Amino acid sequence: MIQMLSITDTHSDSPAHAVVTSIVNAIPSPELSWTGWILLLPAISVVLTGLCCALRVKSKLPGWITVLALAGSFALVLKLYFLRGDAGAPVVVHLWDWMNFRWGDQGKWYTLQADVSVYVDSLTLFWLLFVTGLGTLIAIYATEYMESDVGKGYARFFNGVSIFILAMCTLVMADNLLLLYLGWEGVGLASYLLIGYYYKKPAAVAAGKKAFIVNRMGDLGLAVGIWLIWVNYGTIEFNTLFQVWNDMERGVGSFDKSLIPYCLMLGAFGKSAQLPLYVWLPDAMEGPTPVSALIHAATMVTAGVYLIARTYPLFALHPDALATVAWVGGLTAIFSATIGMAQYDFKRVFAYSTISQLGYMFMGLGVGTTFGAAYHTLTHAFFKALLFLTAGAIMHGFAGQLDLRKLSGLRQVPGFKLVSWTMLIGCLWLSAFPYSAGMLSKDIILVQALSGKDHGFVWLGWIGLITAAMTAYYAFRVWFRVCAGPVFYMPGEEAHDDHDAHAAPTSHASHDFHPHAPRWAMNGVLIVIMLGAFATGIPGYMELRGESNWVQVMMAHSSALAGSVQAHVTDVVNFGMNPHQLVELFGTIASLGGIAIAMYFHLLQRKSADKLRAWLLAHNSIRWIPVAMENKWYVDEFYHACIRGPAWIAGHILHFTDKHVVDGLMVNGIGRIPAALGRLFQPLYNGVLQGYATTMAGGAALVVAWVVYRWLTSGVVA
Amino acid sequence: MTHLLAASQYGASHAVTITLAMSALLFTIGLIGFLVRRNMILMFLCTEIMFQAAALAFIAFGRMRMDTGGQIFVIFILTIAAAEAALALGLVILLFRRKETLSSEAWSELHE
Repeated sequence: MIQMLSITDTHSDSPAHAVVTSIVNAIPSPELSWTGWILLLPAISVVLTGLCCALRVKSKLPGWITVLALAGSFALVLKLYFLRGDAGAPVVVHLWDWMNFRWGDQGKWYTLQADVSVYVDSLTLFWLLFVTGLGTLIAIYATEYMESDVGKGYARFFNGVSIFILAMCTLVMADNLLLLYLGWEGVGLASYLLIGYYYKKPAAVAAGKKAFIVNRMGDLGLAVGIWLIWVNYGTIEFNTLFQVWNDMERGVGSFDKSLIPYCLMLGAFGKSAQLPLYVWLPDAMEGPTPVSALIHAATMVTAGVYLIARTYPLFALHPDALATVAWVGGLTAIFSATIGMAQYDFKRVFAYSTISQLGYMFMGLGVGTTFGAAYHTLTHAFFKALLFLTAGAIMHGFAGQLDLRKLSGLRQVPGFKLVSWTMLIGCLWLSAFPYSAGMLSKDIILVQALSGKDHGFVWLGWIGLITAAMTAYYAFRVWFRVCAGPVFYMPGEEAHDDHDAHAAPTSHASHDFHPHAPRWAMNGVLIVIMLGAFATGIPGYMELRGESNWVQVMMAHSSALAGSVQAHVTDVVNFGMNPHQLVELFGTIASLGGIAIAMYFHLLQRKSADKLRAWLLAHNSIRWIPVAMENKWYVDEFYHACIRGPAWIAGHILHFTDKHVVDGLMVNGIGRIPAALGRLFQPLYNGVLQGYATTMAGGAALVVAWVVYRWLTSGVVA
Repeated sequence: MTHLLAASQYGASHAVTITLAMSALLFTIGLIGFLVRRNMILMFLCTEIMFQAAALAFIAFGRMRMDTGGQIFVIFILTIAAAEAALALGLVILLFRRKETLSSEAWSELHE
């Protein structure tokens, strides 16, 4: 049996906490075959937007096709959710046959069955709800954001978005690991296509390539993991696997069985941008901002969290693997927060904050609260989408300006009031302001970490609290710089080419430049997502009132049920306080303290921030700190030297070998032998017919002479 | 020569030996003619002589093995030789029309 509950405490009285320790067997439900339309609608959108590409449609048609398809999917997901409720048993719906191999003999049969079937439990629904919901909203936003590309890349962009939603829905609905892998690679493809959307810009192309290659390394782990699961358990269908894992003893198994969770987590780390595979995500900000919001903040990067939550029964069998997940998550959280504190490009600040928040989610999974991880995924999806969309609105309005030193006081610029205030909400949620949704979800994870008895989880909890202070600082560093203070702005270089020329290209002086305020589609979406960000707090408030938390109920009826019970530990941890009191006190201090420091340096005394930096740089013993943080700890350079460099050298050596040894010496060398022989015998062919005849006759005479000689000397007749 | 005569002990009569010797003689005449002449028609006739030498050998061996197959083959060979002679003479005429000469040396650049 899964005994994660030994870490957590179960003396809870709420009915939602009723302990279900095994995953309910899925019910085959052919009557739900209409769920296939959740996948089919984005698929149709892929085809139609592809046609728009081919026919060079010069209107916003592809955008609205995508919006309609995604809204249709979202409506179907809602229908499914209300039909099934929070606590229904998982269902399996067989849609189409895909592959079904059976081979072997003499009583030893192997089967590999992977059909296009959907496995719907509460975890699937939970993910589907925000993937399709946010996907629809961000597509609406993008119809306006991308309008300067109408007729150029507009259809291509929405084609990418449709591919992404199709693949993401496949990923979360798959009833077997192979279909999940198909979706997994599909979102990788969509991500690559959309990061490299501005394909004429070398940085965007390089970023797309980097994302794809770094993800490949993680995907290798996932592929090997799936293969090992098939080898060890003989099936890759979730329902069967869950029943097998249910009955297994914890920590028992062969070496390759205990290797499986490590392989799977490698895949998750790649897709969800964790150490050491996080480097692709900051560069992915080269893509259009709606893509950063949808794929690289809200949905795709949570696929890793989903994968571990989905295979949680397996992870629960290997506590060491879970501890690895927790530590990688915690270290990623603090590491990327240090980088985020020192970046000037505020979209990159948000990118590093995404990595950091994903780190929290993995920490939550690792310390045993899938509920906290899923809840943080939900709140993060909304507030981070909100932050990116406000960043996009500012980029859109200021010709691609992203430097927080060159923008100030936007809340007083006409048309940017709403952007500023929604960004404030996003920043408050990101900094876990007391009683915001971000705080409610983050605290579950921190409490669970501080309640941990082994693997140093208490230290991890403190790392999380320190990171929270850093998060509050960098979030409000952006807001106080960009939205507060005196009005001042400099337009960007229109580097992203997504702004219709409002500024005269010759002059970048601010008095010539008229910011391009967002209109109804962008503002409306910002309001809806802001309301959504508020709404994500509701499950937490319900819990504070003693009612059951919706996310918790959802997790308790899914494959992640082992981590769905929240810790209620009253043991004293540090400073004479139990984990709840610790997180309450220090979480509040971290959040408010971070905001206060940011306020001092970036609103009240902006000069002193420069002074501090100058002071740090002036002292040789500590000047490495700001330099390293601003340069992202030189991780890219390190990878460049340790991986790309050797690979480059090896590539050139192999290229040289191929060109001069394989091709030059072996292939062409062998080709030269007949040619040389030909040149050797060429003089014999002088064109004189009699010469040839003489040679032939001479040859024949020699053969005859030899035969006769043999005959005479053989003694047969003699 | 004693060996050659000894071969007759294997069922070959004296006539077979003489026919084979005739065949070898004919072949040699044809070969020498082919090697020493430059006139394409004559060279062609020499190949025909070598051809008939081979046919003669067929008859001889057929006789030696007491098998009519050799003679049957000769009928075929004659038929084919007739057809091939028509073809070859046609070619020679074509070649002659190109260069107004029958010498085979006129075509020696074909080796390139």
